[in-house]
Amino acid sequence: MKPPRIGAIDCDIHPALPALSSLLPYLSDHWREMALQSGLHELETVNYPPGAPLTARQDWRPAQGKAASALAQVTAQALDPWDTSLAICNCLYGVQALFSEDLAAGIARALNSWIAREWLDLEPRLRASIVIPMQSPELAVDEIEFWASDKRFVQVLMLVTGDAPLGRRQYWPIYAAAARHGLPVGIHAGSSFRYPMTPVGWTSYYAEDYVNQSQAFQTQLTSLICEGAFSKYPELRVVLLESGFTWLPAHVWHLSKFWRGLRMEVPWVDRPPFEIVRDQVRLTLQPVDAPPRREVLERVLEHMGSDKLLLYSTDYPHWQFDGEDALPDGLSDALVRKILIDNPREAYPRVMETVQ
Amino acid sequence: MAKHVVAPACELPPGARKRVTVGGRSIAVFNIGGELFALLDRCPHKGGSLCEGKLTGLVQSPEPGVYRYSRAGEILRCPWHGWEFDVRTGKSRCDPRRVRAKSYPVTVEQGSELSEGPYEVETFTASVEQDYVVVSL
Repeated sequence: MKPPRIGAIDCDIHPALPALSSLLPYLSDHWREMALQSGLHELETVNYPPGAPLTARQDWRPAQGKAASALAQVTAQALDPWDTSLAICNCLYGVQALFSEDLAAGIARALNSWIAREWLDLEPRLRASIVIPMQSPELAVDEIEFWASDKRFVQVLMLVTGDAPLGRRQYWPIYAAAARHGLPVGIHAGSSFRYPMTPVGWTSYYAEDYVNQSQAFQTQLTSLICEGAFSKYPELRVVLLESGFTWLPAHVWHLSKFWRGLRMEVPWVDRPPFEIVRDQVRLTLQPVDAPPRREVLERVLEHMGSDKLLLYSTDYPHWQFDGEDALPDGLSDALVRKILIDNPREAYPRVMETVQ
Repeated sequence: MAKHVVAPACELPPGARKRVTVGGRSIAVFNIGGELFALLDRCPHKGGSLCEGKLTGLVQSPEPGVYRYSRAGEILRCPWHGWEFDVRTGKSRCDPRRVRAKSYPVTVEQGSELSEGPYEVETFTASVEQDYVVVSL
């Protein structure tokens, strides 16, 4: 169904970098020179192959260039149709796939600068996530600290598949910095391609890769819980972006079942995983991975056990729905308001701070 | 609350456990370091025999990576699914408010006192010379 025009907060849109050359003005002298001298290629990964239908809805593809690569496109296609009050830009550019930590940090700084100058400065309805070089927690923290005072950055962005399970302590400086600054950590679908998207090996087809992302989300959520990241940082909030959500009740139930018998192995997990998820984890709405039947969706939402978990997202320009039907059928008016406005405001403490 | 003589005390030295039947109910009695504990021999989760469970300690943690081990032998793990129960209270560790093993008061009484009280001896003959384990329920 079409969302009511009540000032929704869209928690996942994807402005696209037109080309690597767009970053040149924002790169340091060294990295600009290196990019030019070495012929650094476009950091487009196969997370979203340009020709794949999912990557951009047909009616959102411009005659030339990439979808969502110009501000006018984004305002006309992602903000105006729904009277969206605020939208969070999660820029998916292959920073995380680089093997050089320094180059990744250099590109991330330039990418965040580009977002700040060419999007946030020009459109007051936009907010953004800080892209970090996940390859180096130390440099990632530097990036968070660099942007933290700019309250238009409302989240730290990571990919769901990187070098290691995200609960590992090597990543904790990132979580400490994020929690300190009131920035949720957004974990988005996508890979740095150190490992296949599955635990059993490399797959052949895009459909496999995309659908199997939910396994990676399950793994990361489990890791963050069991390794104690949520216990160590009670202020830490994690948002799973473009993750789907129907897997959540079954998976967390399964984890809770085993926690009951193996609690002494992870004694810092001092409450059932369901409670941790309810208090510290959120998920974006699109893609809605449930059959389009009201009673099925109602059942899933009931099993999720809280009406605070879902955050409105269009996942623009990814093709998750047709027309303006950004909401699934079968949501009550009260729940629609929560998903569109109340839940995003609660999940992102900064999102309203710079409203003029 | 009726008192039931369930065993001669000599059958439950420190470290021993015994399943007894009182009023048709199976009850697991433990002697842990000289202290007696009695729990219904039925895990509140799926009904596993708590008498068959392992006794372990309490593992707590102030933060990830820090393990505090205490109360050695006072935490009983069900042999079926590993749920932990505090032998002193019967409370589960995973959900202490809602899930608990039924526990009963248990004492050692002298045989000479048993003839006077409201005691019930179901399965053996008590003699005045011995001490007995008494469960109240």
